[in-house]
Amino acid sequence: MIIDRFPSFAELLYRVKSDPDYLTRLIQELTINVTEMFRDPLMFKAIREHVLPILATHPFIRIWHAGCASGEEVYSMAILLEEANLLHKSLLYATDLNPSVIENIKKGIFPMNQMKLYSENYIQSGGKNDFSTYYTAKYDWAKFDEKFRQRMITATHNLVSDRSFNEFQLIFCRNVLIYFDKQLQDRVLRLFDDSLEKFGFLVLGSKENIRFSPITHKFRQLDNKQKIWRRIE
Amino acid sequence: MSSLKMIMIGGSAGSLEIILNIVSELPINTGFCCVIIIHRKPSSESILQDLFSSKTPLPVKEVEDKEVIVPGTIYLAPADYHLLFENTTTFSLDASEKVHFSRPSIDVSFESAAQVFPASTIGILLSGANADGAKGLQKIETTGSVIIVQDPNTADVSYMPNQALKIVQHPVVLPGDEIGKYLRNLLVQ
Repeated sequence: MIIDRFPSFAELLYRVKSDPDYLTRLIQELTINVTEMFRDPLMFKAIREHVLPILATHPFIRIWHAGCASGEEVYSMAILLEEANLLHKSLLYATDLNPSVIENIKKGIFPMNQMKLYSENYIQSGGKNDFSTYYTAKYDWAKFDEKFRQRMITATHNLVSDRSFNEFQLIFCRNVLIYFDKQLQDRVLRLFDDSLEKFGFLVLGSKENIRFSPITHKFRQLDNKQKIWRRIE
Repeated sequence: MSSLKMIMIGGSAGSLEIILNIVSELPINTGFCCVIIIHRKPSSESILQDLFSSKTPLPVKEVEDKEVIVPGTIYLAPADYHLLFENTTTFSLDASEKVHFSRPSIDVSFESAAQVFPASTIGILLSGANADGAKGLQKIETTGSVIIVQDPNTADVSYMPNQALKIVQHPVVLPGDEIGKYLRNLLVQ
């Protein structure tokens, strides 16, 4: 591996087996943690217009961000909930394989140089406010309002080996499945099926699909070209 | 090695018109695949697919996750993803860091084509204001494949072809409006 200059795979394997802390480092280096706030703004617009009005009818809203990386998507969703006046009765569960990125969610601090892009995405998603009211800028960093973090629960979770841990009305898992082969994708989609309430929503990345998977007959895609499915049985 | 021929076209600013011309010249029933990587905004809707479709009877598809490669199809790298080859039969997408400020990056797709389709790729690099694509084109060349670079003097933005011409060995250099015809002759030979 290039990062720590192991001469062979066998030696890397030995290090992982003999040094428990090294596995964490390996996961950090191998996993992809690139994300953006309101990435794919039209998807968030569809959530605003078609999903939130339905979630609003529930006394309590549970949302799972599976493979949340450093949390940009979780904060985006929290902002949407706040604007729909639903944040107070929502809980956002943010899980990822990589423990170090999850730490960032608890801090709620993101690089200031990204805010211009996020603000543009936010407006495209149908946002009407001044995006900068949601954070405090300090030098190169933007710290998001505490009220968002208070509605978030973070944990490490391995989609491949860990089981369902709750029932949700909405699950996000965007641009994670593209890194899995078909067999593994099917397994993870079954995990989502087990973790969704009846009539719950599943959101995937803009080029991902549940077509040809074992759960496809239980879901119907919303009529807006976005990758949002609703469980119908 | 695969017998499938892969035509890889990379372009940025000023390349659209040339790509449309190339697409309109592509012969049918030759069993090749064409993959187009064009820099565009992350949120852009897929009007490119319709635009290319209007120029050719060949099917045009924006690649989705685990898309199976069908010979005789023109594929378009989706906005905001890198496009790679999983193997000789399947595409794969990647949502990681931008390369040369670009996602899709031409280098990423070109290098993947060089790995999966060595000596059976045709690499084409067109007008653009970015160094993306030069290294990838070089990789395609070193596997023994033909590479074509747009003559910088005919490019709206000459930076991208110039970057490639600095590092490749034996490119075919052609004016933008002659690439389509040249490629057609190469394919129907």
